[in-house]
Amino acid sequence: MFSSFMLNSWIVATIVAATAGLVGFFVVIRGASFAAHALPLSAFPGAAAAALLGVNEIAGLVGFAALGVLGINGFSRRGRPEVATALTLVLLLGVGTLLLSQSRDDAQLVYGLLFGQVLGVSRAEIVPIAALSAAASLATLMLLRPLLLSAVSPELAQARGVAPGRIDIAFLVIMALAETIALPVVGALLVFSLMVGPASAARNLTDRPWLGLALSVGLSVVTAWLAIALAYQTNWPIGFFVGGLGALAYAVGRAVRGAKS
Amino acid sequence: MVLSDFLSVLAGFWQNGPVQVALAVGGGAALVSAVVGVFTVLRGQAFAGHALADVSSAGGSASLLLGLRPLVGFFAMAALAAGGMEALGARAVRERDLVTGIVLGAGLGLTALFLYFDMTSTATTGAAVSVMFGSMFALAPGTVTLALGVAALALAASAALYRPLLLIALDPDLATIRGVRVRAVGFAHVVVLAMAVSLSAMTIGAILSTALLIGPAACGLRLARRTGTAIAIAAGLGLLATWGGIFLAYDSFYWTPGHGWPVSFFVVAIIVGAYALTGLRGRAG
Repeated sequence: MFSSFMLNSWIVATIVAATAGLVGFFVVIRGASFAAHALPLSAFPGAAAAALLGVNEIAGLVGFAALGVLGINGFSRRGRPEVATALTLVLLLGVGTLLLSQSRDDAQLVYGLLFGQVLGVSRAEIVPIAALSAAASLATLMLLRPLLLSAVSPELAQARGVAPGRIDIAFLVIMALAETIALPVVGALLVFSLMVGPASAARNLTDRPWLGLALSVGLSVVTAWLAIALAYQTNWPIGFFVGGLGALAYAVGRAVRGAKS
Repeated sequence: MVLSDFLSVLAGFWQNGPVQVALAVGGGAALVSAVVGVFTVLRGQAFAGHALADVSSAGGSASLLLGLRPLVGFFAMAALAAGGMEALGARAVRERDLVTGIVLGAGLGLTALFLYFDMTSTATTGAAVSVMFGSMFALAPGTVTLALGVAALALAASAALYRPLLLIALDPDLATIRGVRVRAVGFAHVVVLAMAVSLSAMTIGAILSTALLIGPAACGLRLARRTGTAIAIAAGLGLLATWGGIFLAYDSFYWTPGHGWPVSFFVVAIIVGAYALTGLRGRAG
């Protein structure tokens, strides 16, 4: 399990899980689950496009994630946000089915991208993943106060000069970055589970924001490690464990909160 | 000459067996999704609708494993997820979205597992693509009766729920005062929603069925003031997109020889195009 060919996976999983835990905490308190689910799915066709054009996979994923952000933001201006999210998601996925049908990619690849694969990253991808992860984390930490404030009280945030539209877009970009890098390992469909599950548990376990943030990161990393170890042992898909452990974390958090009150 | 080409394509289109099945089942799915979708958009449950469809894929993939009819699998899982969300239910919107997300994640985890078993234990290597992105031209002819039966049942239930549901969507407090059993009606709506998404999951795919559920309904609500009119527009647009998509996908076999374009792509493209066009009218919806 700790042999050299698995080393990349452990390193990458730790990086992306820590970022997911950090960003996920804000996904939970801002109630952005749907966008968090939609963005990685919108990014997924980028891998097919990259394969067709012969460019780097991460570049393709980031490109389509950017289209996802633009789509959600653009459609939201003239309509309900959740309708905008839903239609952006299906539009980009529809383009994805077209790209896949033309590139004749094998089913195994599609499955891996959707549901994750333990050996989904190569050594060469560690550096770009680490860089993107650092960018997402840094942006989150820099925007920590406005992100918290606009989630808790939009009016107060506005009074302090935080433009709600701008912070929403900034957060969409941060989410897109954090999820895109996790996609090759955890899979497009389950990335948001890694963000939402541990973070929801952390929020239920404590009301103190800093402690919650730290717990969220810690739980997310532990979830990713457990999922990799279990997937390696059973040979079952890693997405199954990420989804299951995410739900388990939420259940534990809710039970603890229920016991406290 | 162009016209005669078109007519000969059209003649072959109507006589093609898989096309006939696709037109019938796809039409039923589009109609039900459009009607149920209007209430789903009005109640702000687009995420829940999408989540049910995604989770239904676990049933779709399990049905391949167990040898059940796909529609039965899709529906069973969607109904189970609907029950789960209802049981964990929360009133606050943020908490509701979170619960939806957690159920969605757990359900998709199961999909991952079942698809893995599909691929390792049977020879269905294309299971992931057909479950997630639809298999419009590969529907079993025996499904037509069952699918249209479910569609008819869902439409009848929507008609029965029309007034109370509309009242709940517009003003839950008033609905309670008027004696509407809000939770019961809400749950009935989610079950009908599960029927709608499992029908469209089978045709244009679990993760794309949201297009049929949300797109036509959102267009209808933008164009019409009255809910009845919105439903009619949504139904018309849903049928147009599905049947148009089937025709274009059939025709696309001649565009890029060897491999046609997927139906789901055309359906989604028509629907999102229509939504973008209705947005130009400037009414927020």
